[in-house]
Amino acid sequence: MDLFEYQGKQYFARYGIPVSPGGVADTVEEALEVAERVGFPVVVKAQVKVGGRGKAGGVKLATGPDEVRTHATSILGLDIKGHVVKRLWVEHASDIAKEYYASFTLDRPNKVHLGMLSAQGGVEIEVVAAESPEAIAMLPIDPVRGLDSATARRWVAEAGLDEAARAEAADLLVALYRCYTEGDCDLAEINPLVLTPGGRVHALDAKVTLDDNAAFRHPEWDEFREDEFEDPRERRAREKGLNYIGLDGSVGIIANGAGLAMSTLDVVNQVGGSAANFLDIGGGANADVMAAALEVINADPKVRSIFVNIFGGITRVDEVAKGVLEALARVDIASPIVLRLDGTNAVEGRAILAPHLSDRLVTEPTMLEAARRAVALAR
Amino acid sequence: MSIFVDESTKVIVQGLTGSQGRFHGLRNRAYGTKVVGGVTPGKGGTDVEGISVFDSVREAVETTGATASFIAVPPRFAPAAILEAAEGGIEFIVCITEGIPAQDEALTYNRLVEEHPGVRLLGPNCPGIISPGKCNIGITSGDIALAGGPVGIVSRSGTLTYQALYELSQKGVGQTTCVGIGGDPVPGTNFIDCLEAFQADPDTRAVMMIGEIGGSEEERAAEWIAQNMDKPVVAYVAGVTAPPGRKMGHAGAIISGSRGTAQAKMAALADAGVRVCQNPTEAGEAMVEIVRAL
Repeated sequence: MDLFEYQGKQYFARYGIPVSPGGVADTVEEALEVAERVGFPVVVKAQVKVGGRGKAGGVKLATGPDEVRTHATSILGLDIKGHVVKRLWVEHASDIAKEYYASFTLDRPNKVHLGMLSAQGGVEIEVVAAESPEAIAMLPIDPVRGLDSATARRWVAEAGLDEAARAEAADLLVALYRCYTEGDCDLAEINPLVLTPGGRVHALDAKVTLDDNAAFRHPEWDEFREDEFEDPRERRAREKGLNYIGLDGSVGIIANGAGLAMSTLDVVNQVGGSAANFLDIGGGANADVMAAALEVINADPKVRSIFVNIFGGITRVDEVAKGVLEALARVDIASPIVLRLDGTNAVEGRAILAPHLSDRLVTEPTMLEAARRAVALAR
Repeated sequence: MSIFVDESTKVIVQGLTGSQGRFHGLRNRAYGTKVVGGVTPGKGGTDVEGISVFDSVREAVETTGATASFIAVPPRFAPAAILEAAEGGIEFIVCITEGIPAQDEALTYNRLVEEHPGVRLLGPNCPGIISPGKCNIGITSGDIALAGGPVGIVSRSGTLTYQALYELSQKGVGQTTCVGIGGDPVPGTNFIDCLEAFQADPDTRAVMMIGEIGGSEEERAAEWIAQNMDKPVVAYVAGVTAPPGRKMGHAGAIISGSRGTAQAKMAALADAGVRVCQNPTEAGEAMVEIVRAL
């Protein structure tokens, strides 16, 4: 789950990472209230989960109430790369002496954590990486040993952070590492991390991706959930516990396993169709899950046919078949369903469906043939 | 021959008394796997259809001589189960558990490497391993595999692993071993580990490799293949049409540069002399062609 900047800052604050005083505003009036509370000048920032907000006019400095009103009015409702701004973060504007970059993420090839620190912050880090890779101090961290203060102090010096920033920056990095590990982040990134003329170091932005697998031990994440999805289809799927991503095509896809689901999208594309979604019902899905998946897809008005591609392993095909029948009994499925069923208990599954097959519910022996059928039916 | 597991492999199931452990553990035994025990703390002394249950891995290993473990426990218990297996004397651990937090996975993997260097972990979040006709550990349906070789399969995706097995078996082409390495961020065993083992196995004469988007394991495998592999390799990479940017953030994109897309992976594999196919069926057909020409 990606967090909005304001959520990321709230999360950082839990781990003692200093952020600017500020508040959330959904209206112009609320923006004014926050500005008065934190003190002028303030920065009015669009809350969208996409980069390039500044260039799109989504981040503005306001020295007084009139400017807050003007900027809040123009930013609320602004479309930034397809994301409509519904919420603002208003914070006291910091005096900035220097801008740095800091992040922690998993180095997958080397199976350790990777810290990245640069004295060149405030710009896109991809650009720094491409143009002057030596400006980024990479620190591999063994998860067993973690990041201690002594290492952090050496790291800030190696990255060339200003002397005045080093002690506070080292403490902040240790706190950020703790946020990244104990806080179960896939990514914890601060860009820019700023040094003020007064010698203080704090996070001016927050980019945090939480690991959904760790949600069971983070009840505090619930408050982030309400704003998670902009796509209503994805919100519905989430409520049903399904791994769903909305797309623009006309063939609804249900598959078990991320790999097979991706492959199903590819094959539908190869035979001239396009998928309306990615939906992985996961391992061990039962009839209930299958029925919920069909209902979610059925609610998408773009869907013209539904391709159910199941290769049973931990998922039992007879359960899938029962789920299909359950969904058909429960709701009126608007689109024809094409099924391809193989693997664990496939024979039993096909037998359950056999009496119910019609021109609205068909089976095909292979993935490729089923894709062709589903694409033809979607036309 | 086969890699990693064969007819002499003795297996215990951690979580045998749970629903998944029971279903798949019994199914593995029915396939012919030597399932010699189960482990569930507090249920020692009971049995599941004649398979003795022990309180700890150590006790199970001491009593049965097991060398492999099949872990089928929920995500919050799986990291401890993996380490218990290694501490208890298990050499080959298969963990099918889906949904382990990435932080736990990274920590567990590194503890395993540092404290138990001889132990191999397969998974987590993988379908397991099958050496057809000899040993099946995990959730793969044994009837879709065909014994006798000559193809080795290694795959990051569970269901696409079954798809690959099925495509080959349907066409009468057998497998030496099929390894599902899993699609989690920190897999215990990676493509190169398996390619190395297949290259060394005289009965494996060709390899099918199934990858997917994300990370750079396929690219690394491509480099390894170019330098070390003289057996033919067929590959399929899922996710050509997957929407970009739904999971990875900025920092992740830097580590792998332009790597991570299906297109980049396919290009790297093709450059390494691998026959790259557009879908699982095409990959199956390409492999049949290669095997018939051997």
